[in-house]
Amino acid sequence: MTDNVIEASALTKRYGRATAVDGISFTVGRGEIFGLLGPNGAGKTTTILMMLGLTDVTAGTVRVLGHDPVREPLQVKRVVGYLPDTVGFYDYMTAEDNLRYTAALIGIPLADRDKRITSALERVGLQDVGHKHVGAFSRGMRQRLGLAEILMKDVSVAILDEPTSGLDPHATSELLEMIRSLKRDGVAVLLSSHLLERVQSVCDRVALFHSGRIALLGTVPELAREVLGGGYNVEVEADGEGLALRFSEIGGVKAVDQSGPARYRLLADRDVRPQAAAAVVNAGGALRRLSVEEPSLDAIYNHYFETHGGQNAAA
Amino acid sequence: MPQREGSPWRGLNVVFFRELFDHLTSVRMLVLEFLVVLFGAAVVYFAAEQIRNTTAEDPFLFLRLFAPPGQSLLSFVVVISILVPIMSIGLGFDAVNGEYNRRTMSRILSQPIYRDALLFGKFLAGLTTLTICLVTLWLLVIGFGLLRLGIPPGAEEIGRLLIFLLVTIAYAGVWLALSLLLSVVFRSTATAALVALGLWLFLSLLWPALAQMLGGVISPPDIRFAQLGLPTPDTLAWQQGLSRLSPGTLYGEAVVAMLNPDAQSMTTLLAQFQGRIGSPLPLDESIVQAWPQIVSLIAGTILLYVVGYVAFQRQEVRA
Repeated sequence: MTDNVIEASALTKRYGRATAVDGISFTVGRGEIFGLLGPNGAGKTTTILMMLGLTDVTAGTVRVLGHDPVREPLQVKRVVGYLPDTVGFYDYMTAEDNLRYTAALIGIPLADRDKRITSALERVGLQDVGHKHVGAFSRGMRQRLGLAEILMKDVSVAILDEPTSGLDPHATSELLEMIRSLKRDGVAVLLSSHLLERVQSVCDRVALFHSGRIALLGTVPELAREVLGGGYNVEVEADGEGLALRFSEIGGVKAVDQSGPARYRLLADRDVRPQAAAAVVNAGGALRRLSVEEPSLDAIYNHYFETHGGQNAAA
Repeated sequence: MPQREGSPWRGLNVVFFRELFDHLTSVRMLVLEFLVVLFGAAVVYFAAEQIRNTTAEDPFLFLRLFAPPGQSLLSFVVVISILVPIMSIGLGFDAVNGEYNRRTMSRILSQPIYRDALLFGKFLAGLTTLTICLVTLWLLVIGFGLLRLGIPPGAEEIGRLLIFLLVTIAYAGVWLALSLLLSVVFRSTATAALVALGLWLFLSLLWPALAQMLGGVISPPDIRFAQLGLPTPDTLAWQQGLSRLSPGTLYGEAVVAMLNPDAQSMTTLLAQFQGRIGSPLPLDESIVQAWPQIVSLIAGTILLYVVGYVAFQRQEVRA
């Protein structure tokens, strides 16, 4: 028994001649937040549908908690919660009634239903509007109701397709916080998004999709090291003699740019702020500003496809 | 393809009861019921007045209430044969594509049920709704007849009326299965509704005339029969066979057999052979007469449902 809840190997989906997903392999561990990232049409949703058994697998295998979605779809759908891209509800029914219908389909015992619905609505902050018709709900509220459905289902894996698309920044950060709370419950979360920057902060590991393939797979710092050769941009503003030299001697620093009279930019493969501070103090300088910029997925993605784009397109 | 695990019926009752509840409480259903009751009440009232004024002795008084003799347009049966397809189409045209448009389909199908349960639950709920409406209407007309005519129906009349009710439900089933199929095929609910109504108009208005013409083309009438003023048997067989592709024709023939025991339009030759012209057919022979039509209606329902089922199973869930 491995600790992986999802294992995909050489997963392929073809529609006629077009290949939507081209032999991808990845694993998602228990309680991990895994991001399927990439532009629209890169094969993220198709991959998700294959994991749920909602579309046929052309080649390769996928296992969700050891079950094959093609052969045992009910087993898979019992332990997986799915929040589709722009989730829909029955507008003429109340939020609670919508959840009651799903609860009945899931087969939650009648005695537990209302209790679980109430607590799920509370966790997503919809307890006050549970008896209102969903037709009046904003997009953010619908997404949260979809999340409540997953909470009510009490799943081991949550699959969220573009959960933040179309949400304002405030609603996005609220939703991301709820996704983090899922992880705290030990739920493995697989989320897809084309907005790399927004979801970067919640993902433990990411898979960057490009035209049906996984171009890059790993944690964000790993990818930064691999692609950018560094990743952490440490900005230092300090006076002092020979600081540039001292900075370049710090372990992990790849390059030092002097961008102004007393401004330095350090490109490093880890967070070197403590060492940089020590270097300034040791040089007898005055430290005025010290900040770090984590490697951004956007930068990684763009850099990767600037260098690899040509050959990928040809392949 | 490996065997799939679990029961395809899981969740069927949940879908069924929710859809049924939806239908029974929807404004759409209210409008349809209102239409049917309005039209039904009007024609039954006229039929009852006519019966009170003219028919003194008739063994099938109650049947006249449903299908007054000589009154072809203003009879309850005709109203039903027009309104039942509209009701069925009204209930089914957005059954599947509506779920896609509301973007609820993938969310519902990601619950532990098979698509079978969703589609069959929707079909059964629609059919049950129609059955409830038709039974209510049927009882209303009989009750009205009891009050207005003042005599109870005989056992044979009740039997005939019951079979008429069953045939009507089967007829409703055909149109419901057709509109369900169209709701699978077309992603736009408006297109599905239009195509369903178009098919209904074509089959009920145009097809009978077209069948006559096509039958004549496929098997031209023989001059020898024409000189005697008789239809050519081959031509007649083609014309009848073609016109029976329309569920309306099948329904009409079955209803005539059940409600007009003395009208022997279909098997005139057979009746002449048996020397029984003029006397009404007993119930069992009426059933035998209507049997092929009844079976065809049920078979048509199943066939259309299966086509819709296969199309739905192969459909991509992605909205």
